[in-house]
Amino acid sequence: MRFAIPIVLMLGVLALLGFGLTHDPREVPSPLIGKPAPAFALPGLGGTPPQLANADLKGRPVLVNFFASWCAGCRVEHPVLMQLAKEGIEIIGIDYKDTDADGAQWLQRHGNPYRVVAADLQGAAGLDWGVYGVPETYVLAADGTILFKQIGPVTEQVWREKMAPLMAGAKS
Amino acid sequence: MTKRQQRMMAVGALVLGIGAAAALGFTAFQKNMMYFQTPSDLIAGKASAGAKVRLGGLVEKGSVTRGDGLTVKFRMADCTNVVNVRYDGILPDLFREGQGIVATGRLAEDGAFVADEVLAKHDENYMPPDLADSLKTDAGHSCAPFKSAMQSAKQTEQ
Amino acid sequence: MFAELGHFALILALAASLLQVLVPAYGLVTRNGRALGVASSAAQAQFFLMLTAYLCLTYCFIDKDFSVAYVAANSHSALPLMYRISAVWGAHEGSFLLWGLMLSGWTLAVSIFNRRLPQDLAATVLAVLGFISMGFLLFMLITSNPFERIFPVPLEGQDLNPLLQDPGLIIHPPTLYMGYVGLSVAFAFAVAALITGKLDSAWVRWTRPWTTAAWAFLTMGITLGSWWAYNELGWGGWWFWDPVENASFMPWLAATALIHSLAVTEKRGLLKSWTVLLAILCFALSLLGTFLTRSGVIVSVHAFASDPARGVFILSFLALVVGGALTLYAWRAPKLASEGELKLFSREGLLLLNNVFLVTACFGVLLGTLYPLVIDAFGLGKISVGPPYFNAIFFPLMAPLFVLLGLGVFTPWKRGNLRDGLRRLRVPALFALVAAIAMPFALQGKSSLVIAAGVWLALWTLATAPIELIKRIRAKPTFAAGLLSVPSSTWGMTLAHTGLGMWMLGVVCVTGYGIERDVRLGAGQEAELSGFVFGFEGVKESKGPNFVSDLGTVVVERNGSAISTLEPEKRLYPSQGSVMTETGVDVGPFRDLYVALGEPIDKANIGGDWSLRLYYKPMIRFVWLGGVLMFIGGLCSMMDRRYRLARAPATQRSTGHAEVLA
Repeated sequence: MRFAIPIVLMLGVLALLGFGLTHDPREVPSPLIGKPAPAFALPGLGGTPPQLANADLKGRPVLVNFFASWCAGCRVEHPVLMQLAKEGIEIIGIDYKDTDADGAQWLQRHGNPYRVVAADLQGAAGLDWGVYGVPETYVLAADGTILFKQIGPVTEQVWREKMAPLMAGAKS
Repeated sequence: MTKRQQRMMAVGALVLGIGAAAALGFTAFQKNMMYFQTPSDLIAGKASAGAKVRLGGLVEKGSVTRGDGLTVKFRMADCTNVVNVRYDGILPDLFREGQGIVATGRLAEDGAFVADEVLAKHDENYMPPDLADSLKTDAGHSCAPFKSAMQSAKQTEQ
Repeated sequence: MFAELGHFALILALAASLLQVLVPAYGLVTRNGRALGVASSAAQAQFFLMLTAYLCLTYCFIDKDFSVAYVAANSHSALPLMYRISAVWGAHEGSFLLWGLMLSGWTLAVSIFNRRLPQDLAATVLAVLGFISMGFLLFMLITSNPFERIFPVPLEGQDLNPLLQDPGLIIHPPTLYMGYVGLSVAFAFAVAALITGKLDSAWVRWTRPWTTAAWAFLTMGITLGSWWAYNELGWGGWWFWDPVENASFMPWLAATALIHSLAVTEKRGLLKSWTVLLAILCFALSLLGTFLTRSGVIVSVHAFASDPARGVFILSFLALVVGGALTLYAWRAPKLASEGELKLFSREGLLLLNNVFLVTACFGVLLGTLYPLVIDAFGLGKISVGPPYFNAIFFPLMAPLFVLLGLGVFTPWKRGNLRDGLRRLRVPALFALVAAIAMPFALQGKSSLVIAAGVWLALWTLATAPIELIKRIRAKPTFAAGLLSVPSSTWGMTLAHTGLGMWMLGVVCVTGYGIERDVRLGAGQEAELSGFVFGFEGVKESKGPNFVSDLGTVVVERNGSAISTLEPEKRLYPSQGSVMTETGVDVGPFRDLYVALGEPIDKANIGGDWSLRLYYKPMIRFVWLGGVLMFIGGLCSMMDRRYRLARAPATQRSTGHAEVLA
């Protein structure tokens, strides 16, 4: 019997290591999923109208994308967003902790996939939405509830597998 | 000595040794464990006063000031909060504004963090994994302190 | 073209390793001698295929073929040739290839030197090694292929990590891997003993030289690593209890226990199942080290780029190989009955205690290394366990070990007389005591209880180490005849124990009397450290092959006379944008003077004030000298004549496996 002790000990250590390996602290579920999007009212980028508030997001499924000119991941996902815009998907952009000039210049250089671009220069709205970095993208249902949140760049795969079905489902 | 006795003795010696080691180990753990915290953790008061912690965060752009001798002051940020750090010593090669670092030390009474060691990791992404975890970020997803980092990178490019 | 050839050779090597496992296994079951014989040929074929693959990758590096992803990531057109060759093992994929090559090299050596082994034992050993090799090759081909191409082909490589551009790092990893991989031979012998059910003193004599060789290389690898860290990291330390260092240190502790328990098993036929268990443990720990460094589970200064897929693979492999071996152990070990009795106060009894302490220390280190993982797994926060923990657990366990060492070399096998032993040990003990009190005062002018205790342990070890040697020389009528009669294993033991004493002396002095100061100096200013005056003469710019550097000049004087001029450097490698500290060290047998450049206080003005680290390191050379002596000692022991004579008649086959099959 005592000769079996080593194997038992080893299984314990292995279980621990396996757990350490699969445990990904980065996967934090957003507490807002399934809840209505937080109330907000933001000016358009560059201080110009149109204002953007909750009411503007209702009535059809939309994507809300937090981005910034200083963010490297945003440039990664940008072509994907441009493609989606071309396909007629409605994307609302929120420029997060940025300056009006930088944000506008960035959109000019890389193209503007957004129907509306709002400016959250202090990051106050972002705080309510639970944004802790950019890019982050939310899928909103027609009634304004948050269906899904993508942390980090939207890739074609993420769009195809996770977001597109939700958008299609929310429409019907 | 019979076989049984000798076996008992071997087992006894082992148990004694392991026991002593365990006792040593646990007292050593009590004293020498350091929790990894972010500036937000520190401000939320998660560190008991005077306890040694490892503080991970990004060095805020433009915050580094030199004093007499080797003293240096800077601010460390995570995605939401900022802490003042004082250090008297030599900063590592990879210490740069906008870079992720880990500082070991204690929280002083005035709310500043007094570091006795500053580490910057030799890593292709310049980001210690536990720091990346705590900032919940990676190259593709960046939070506000990166703004200063990115801008400084842009300036050097130009 | 060469990359494809290398890749193809790897695939063929995988096929060869499959043959090396399956055919001998079939031969064991059917008792087919010809099938057993295939193991050797397969092992030889595998070695040549691995060598081909390795040379192909080396050629890609020499040729600066940046279309190979691994070369592009770890080389640069301005990288000197020497470093282009060593860059082959500079990162994850290539170091695995080197690992695989060494494993097949050891296997080849086993197949050549063990022709006289009972055929079934030799075949089983080779099959187990083949299985390990198969796992590594699969790992390489699936998750970390060094021959992968990239498109578009980059015009320039990303350069080798500047930390690795150092002569110490050229030889450190291969030596360490030799040790790690060598432990798999001990493991294969242990598994073969479990399978064939036969563990006699002949088996031990076949196993011992392999294990000792692996241990010696591990010792040397760790020593070189420590030396490199001292020179290259610029922190003046020689050991940091970093998880990756621990990953190499844990197998070393277990292997040290193993070479001692093998001695008991050979001489007295005792501790058989324990020896087998230790051999499995050694290999498990070396796999665990691989897992820890390459999966990204643990944070460390020199962890490889992490990838969870690799972690999953290594962990599964670990579970399969070690789990299999331990299951086999649980089933078969009860049959490995030990012969004879064990007296506590006898050499074997003391060696058992030695094992207890070493294994306990090993588990202490394991606990400290894995504890952060446990805490994280249970969501209790992120912690780190610092060097004070390891020091607190390690040194108290080592102290009794050193005392036992002196007792052990004095005590005969089977039955020692405690009173007689103590009486004869009075002289070395007293000598060490007097010297331990007097020496620190004479050399440094101050001492403490801890230092005196440490010096006593070191001197005690040094004084008792040559006892066996002296005894053997005295047994012969003349000194020359005595000297010639000493077997090389005794030389080996004496050297290794002397090395351990040297190491201890170095450790005690450098921790007790080492001084370090961080200072801010402008050109022309001075700082004083332990009687040495360090005069800083400023920094000028200079250029290397693939870096630019700020070269400082520090003149060290003592009592007005110049001792040496040190040139610490701060190098910038533009291809990686990384800065490296090259230290300036004045090496002396009894002390090092060590200067590292910190940084200019005003970044824009390198002619202004700089921060500098100044160190005075007494006896630091003894730390590595000790390691080198242990290495040489290991090699001497391995060469002992009785291992070469221990050959079984070629026709004899061990009878044990019949039982398994029955």
